[in-house]
Amino acid sequence: MASALFPAVHRSLGKVRWYLEGMMGADAYRRYVDHHAATHPGCAPMSERQFWRDKYDWEERNPQGRCC
Amino acid sequence: MSEHPSTPPLELPPSAVAPDVAEAEERRWTPGKIVLWAAISLLGAVAWSVLAISRGETINAIWFVFAAVCTYLVFYRFYAKYIERKIARPDDSRATPAEYNSNGRDFMPTDRRVLFGHHFAAIAGAGPLVGPVLAAQMGYLPGTIWIIVGVVFAGAVQDYLVLFFSMRRGGRSLGQMAREELGLIGGTAALIATLAIMIIIVAILALVVVNALGESAWGVYSVALTIPIALFMGCYLRFIRPGKVLEISIIGFILLMFAIISGRWVAESDLGSALFHLDRPVIAWSIIVYGFIAAILPVWLLLAPRDYLSTFMKIGVIGLLAVAIIIVRPTISVPAFSEYAGRADGPVVAGSLFPFLFVTIACGALSGFHALIASGTTPKMVEKEKQTRFLGYGGMLMESFVAIMALVAAISIDRGVYFAMNSSAASTGGTVESAVAFVNSLGLTGVHLTPNMLTDLAANVGEESIVSRTGGAPTLAVGIAHIMHQWFGGTAMMGFWYHFAIMFEALFILTAVDAGTRVARFMLQDTIGNFIPKFKDTSWRPGAWLCTAIMVAGWGYILILGVTDPLGGINTFFPLFGIANQLLAAIALAVVLAIVAKRGNFRYLWIVAVPLAFTAVITIWASWEKIFSPVAKVGYWAQHNSFKEALDQGKESFGTAKNVEAMEAVVRNTGVQGTLSIVFVVLSIIVIVTAIMATIRAYRAPGTATDTEDPRVESRIYAPSGIITSPAEKELEARWKDVPADQLPTTGIGH
Repeated sequence: MASALFPAVHRSLGKVRWYLEGMMGADAYRRYVDHHAATHPGCAPMSERQFWRDKYDWEERNPQGRCC
Repeated sequence: MSEHPSTPPLELPPSAVAPDVAEAEERRWTPGKIVLWAAISLLGAVAWSVLAISRGETINAIWFVFAAVCTYLVFYRFYAKYIERKIARPDDSRATPAEYNSNGRDFMPTDRRVLFGHHFAAIAGAGPLVGPVLAAQMGYLPGTIWIIVGVVFAGAVQDYLVLFFSMRRGGRSLGQMAREELGLIGGTAALIATLAIMIIIVAILALVVVNALGESAWGVYSVALTIPIALFMGCYLRFIRPGKVLEISIIGFILLMFAIISGRWVAESDLGSALFHLDRPVIAWSIIVYGFIAAILPVWLLLAPRDYLSTFMKIGVIGLLAVAIIIVRPTISVPAFSEYAGRADGPVVAGSLFPFLFVTIACGALSGFHALIASGTTPKMVEKEKQTRFLGYGGMLMESFVAIMALVAAISIDRGVYFAMNSSAASTGGTVESAVAFVNSLGLTGVHLTPNMLTDLAANVGEESIVSRTGGAPTLAVGIAHIMHQWFGGTAMMGFWYHFAIMFEALFILTAVDAGTRVARFMLQDTIGNFIPKFKDTSWRPGAWLCTAIMVAGWGYILILGVTDPLGGINTFFPLFGIANQLLAAIALAVVLAIVAKRGNFRYLWIVAVPLAFTAVITIWASWEKIFSPVAKVGYWAQHNSFKEALDQGKESFGTAKNVEAMEAVVRNTGVQGTLSIVFVVLSIIVIVTAIMATIRAYRAPGTATDTEDPRVESRIYAPSGIITSPAEKELEARWKDVPADQLPTTGIGH
């Protein structure tokens, strides 16, 4: 178990992953669930599949520029 | 709206370090801090002296890195802080839109380090990679000075303040802010200018891709393969494993590497080269068709997955290049000022140093396009007001560093090769022999080009020929291959590195083309919607398709003109790109000027007024030359009239135009270029004048300007204000950590 032998390596890999996911927006669902739990307690959030469909539909209507 | 309970059950720690404590902390100079900043300043000064004074045979590239990084650090610490204190005046006890509007979607408080990467990925593209390459014809020093000095006084100031003021206005766009601050005329002019500028920028970027892929079977094959790869990624995320973005990006990246490696086999096979060896007009038409289809396809299918790939590549390549430059430390034999620094007839881009250096290098020093990003996604995600300095100012410094690396890559290759690659086919004649004769006839010191140098390099990078591969991208790719192969893989790997670089530039640009078309389509629909309300409905298919088609036709037309231009294309069209981008910067700075004036802050108005005046003067001057210069190489209309005259006299060929058809093409192209120059400059002058009028009104009647900021909301969350947490921040952070999770305030609004 490499991760057990090298907890420091494991931790820093985790950080890299956290950073990349944040930067690319891969953590959007987790953040949505947290937000939903905080603002709508007791009401079930969308499923992950549903959430991503909804997110891309939203991006369709709200295009974001990319720079030159 | 149950998010703000009136009586919190527990006394929460403060949402920010008390201003006087933070102030005292910043102003306390420990011996360690003094030594550190003295050392940084000293190293920077030494590096600048080496760059400025060294007139030896060669210079080591590491000095560029030191000069840039030390200057960035000093200006970030002192000048950006000064702007924060005197102009922005952020307040971390005030909630940001991400907090008070939090909706689990676009408004989300985001960790500052993550948001920095996010913001940087959105602003950095092919622009800072291309401009410095073209400007390298003037020598290394003019470009280096403008990239570094320009960014700290202008580019980063613009990005920072637009981000800050947009954040204070709930993340409003530049267009909306212009409308509010400058009134109907200024706002409308800003909107039309933005739309026109987007079209020209997309067209020129597409032209760069076409020039990089023209007659290159390897390049066409591997870039074309990105489309099925992106489609596969899109379907994977939609149907197989939704949300596993990192996983599919790694798979996509591996497939991309395969696309590059297998490109060599395809290019070397008969069938492969027959299929993928395409002429430039064919590639241009393919990109136009692709651009239309990509812009109407669902986001999840093509745009989003390719954006993941492009982000992945961006961070990877830029990091890799930085490490490679530091490890390889290439030596540079380009002079500080070349023969073309004082002349207007440079073969790469025409025009004298003043003003054309400042429009050739746009992105990297000052980029108006950033104002559209800094007033779009990012301000809706900022956690704390003070973080805007790190995000806006710091993010732009990072882009400037990318531009410096591009410059280093371009000047690390032989100068003779540089001119053979970047002079248009109209000058070089397109063959190795004629290119060698042309370059050696330029009379450049230290340049002795031989045919072998060109054919060997072409063979090493796996291309048929490298003569007249204009547009900057191929030169940068050769530069990157030149640096990388010394570190990793040797000559055998040069082809891989070259196509790796071409691929990542093409990825950026295709993403920018697609996203730019979509954004422009929405802007157009919104504008037409004022007259025909049906168009406001963006999900109405016929309207969406029509507006997409209009936008694609707009940039596609200019792209085709550029590809078929008898004068060479990029060297005549690129100044339009730079001028458009800098005029957009002038518009953004003008809006910021009006906002600062309306806050009654005239004492420090110069912080905005000086870069605004500089960019306004330099770009209006450049536009003036492009419109009125009697020198045919520089002025569009002078060229236009001389070709028209030649046609009237019944000449069959004139200059580099070998027949009547080509002469007519020159007349048409220069007419389009000249007209666009006039449109851009007139619109920008209107915006600048309305901003100055708003400023004067605010000065004459202080306190009467309407406050356009969102009302203050007390912040109930905590986050550090910069990249490094100070002792007082650490202490506060510890207190927040002690708050039980169920007592933490929730942000945002319910639905």
